[in-house]
Amino acid sequence: MSPLLEVDGLVKHFPLRGLGVWLDTLRRRVPPAVRAIDGVSLAIDAGETLGLVGESGCGKSTLARCLLRLIEPTAGRIRFDAVELTTLGEEPLRRRRRDIQMVFQDPTASLNPRFTVRRTVEDPLRLHSNLRRAGRRERAQEVLGRVGLGAELLDRYPHELSGGQRQRVNIARAIATEPRLVVLDEPTSALDVSLRARIIMLLGELREKLGMTYLFISHDLATVKYLSRRVAVMYLGTIVEQAPTHELFRHPLHPYTRALLSAIPVPDPDARRERLVLAGEVPSPIDVPTGCRLRFRCPLAQPVCAEPVALREVAPRHLVACHLV
Amino acid sequence: MRRNTLSLLALGAILTIIGLALAAPLVAPYDPDAPQAEETLQAPGWRHWLGTDIYGRDQLSRIVWAARVDLLVALAATAMALTTGCVLGALAGYRGGLVDQVVMRLVDTIMAFPAFILAMGITAAAGNATANVVVAIAITHVPIYTRLIRSEMLRVREMEYAEAARTVGNRQRRIIFFHLLPNCFPPVIVQATLAMGFAILTVAALSFIGLGIQPPQSEWGAMAAEGASYIVSGEWWIFLFPGLAIMVTVLAFNLVGDSLRDLLDPRMRGVA
Repeated sequence: MSPLLEVDGLVKHFPLRGLGVWLDTLRRRVPPAVRAIDGVSLAIDAGETLGLVGESGCGKSTLARCLLRLIEPTAGRIRFDAVELTTLGEEPLRRRRRDIQMVFQDPTASLNPRFTVRRTVEDPLRLHSNLRRAGRRERAQEVLGRVGLGAELLDRYPHELSGGQRQRVNIARAIATEPRLVVLDEPTSALDVSLRARIIMLLGELREKLGMTYLFISHDLATVKYLSRRVAVMYLGTIVEQAPTHELFRHPLHPYTRALLSAIPVPDPDARRERLVLAGEVPSPIDVPTGCRLRFRCPLAQPVCAEPVALREVAPRHLVACHLV
Repeated sequence: MRRNTLSLLALGAILTIIGLALAAPLVAPYDPDAPQAEETLQAPGWRHWLGTDIYGRDQLSRIVWAARVDLLVALAATAMALTTGCVLGALAGYRGGLVDQVVMRLVDTIMAFPAFILAMGITAAAGNATANVVVAIAITHVPIYTRLIRSEMLRVREMEYAEAARTVGNRQRRIIFFHLLPNCFPPVIVQATLAMGFAILTVAALSFIGLGIQPPQSEWGAMAAEGASYIVSGEWWIFLFPGLAIMVTVLAFNLVGDSLRDLLDPRMRGVA
């Protein structure tokens, strides 16, 4: 069975502009650009949840926006349900959108302040179904019920809702057309800790009931562990490791993954752990190191790390991009 | 507190003027256009509260009827400028690039002329029918709204709800005009109120120099122009009362616009 979503060699560069940049270009011949995504390949099977982790600025959200073509990728291919998305015309793409939805990071900014809950949730139905007014109304209530909100909220405006309710409305909008793939772009990072667990559990329930596939983007490893079957780790625009969740958490192989996992606090004061600490800061995505992107920060770096490195399968379904593994 | 009282007074003034204009046939004591040879140049008194002009026409009746013309022309011009400005500004702000360049240079061209000179030029060239006055004022006001809407659009198009609208599958036109434009409105409403005052002033000024509304149609600026030549001979009322009408109306719109701005700007921005 071919995967539901297949991304191959996706690249997104934001070229820099300005006089200084132009002069630089003349000298160096390589047009400078922010290399937000630099050759990402991944696949998600129908019904599966892939977790995508990485620190701020590593390109997670850019990747999400490229998948939905909210921004146009520079190169690479995205196949959804065996249809190439990157070359799809505007109208076919628009119709495809009912199958690929997204829940955004900021529950407040992603709701139109002048739309009532009803209008927000009915919007996708208006665009993708033949339902009449009464039908849409009924369906909106049903969807709202699914995300645990009562019909009494239908005529409220976003500023009359709590943060958790807002994110539920966002989820309701995303699932209204029963999409096959939902991209969750850090859906809980703007919420209180107490609300996070509930939203994550809701997302889990919805997946079971509606048979949806998730790409779950987060920098919160605990929630990723709970929700995802496989995890991909992203660093500076590339995927450095990809493995089934339990495998990744038990046997992380890439030094970056090991550093990430060893940074999770353990609620046991006597626990002694081996900490892998990276040196310095994340390099600028304008000036990425040649070879392995981690080599200047990696405590294990060797001369060989200056050579280009690609993902390879070291164990069944366990892919790592490191010379030393 | 005192500011509030003042703005409420101004709002009251606007509502009164609108009310009088609407009820002109009922309120005006005389036919505004009927000359009365035996009553020319009467000073304000019991028969004619605001006096009569050289043809013996009742000034109060003429001012009340003129309110219709002035308000209607200003309102039509503002509505026309607002609509055009919304469409141009929204497209320029959302699309950016070439559309933005073309629209903004067009707007710059209009702004390069002093507004009143431009309005004069247009009415002089197109002929001074009332419709032309409306269009002339509308053209001079388009830049205000276009630039304002554009800058607001630049702000809201970066909001996540703009992306969400695309994700859901809206067409671009729907995103711009249904999802984003309403979020640009609060500062525009303020501007439109202020611009209404300016529009009235421009109608009156154009008519004052003979390029606007034509006699015998009563209009405040034209009436003031007629009265201007009688100031030296002592018939001050012909000039004064239309002038006061212009002043009070424009001032009222400005005061209301100002307090709307104070009300909408700092705290309520972006709140429905």
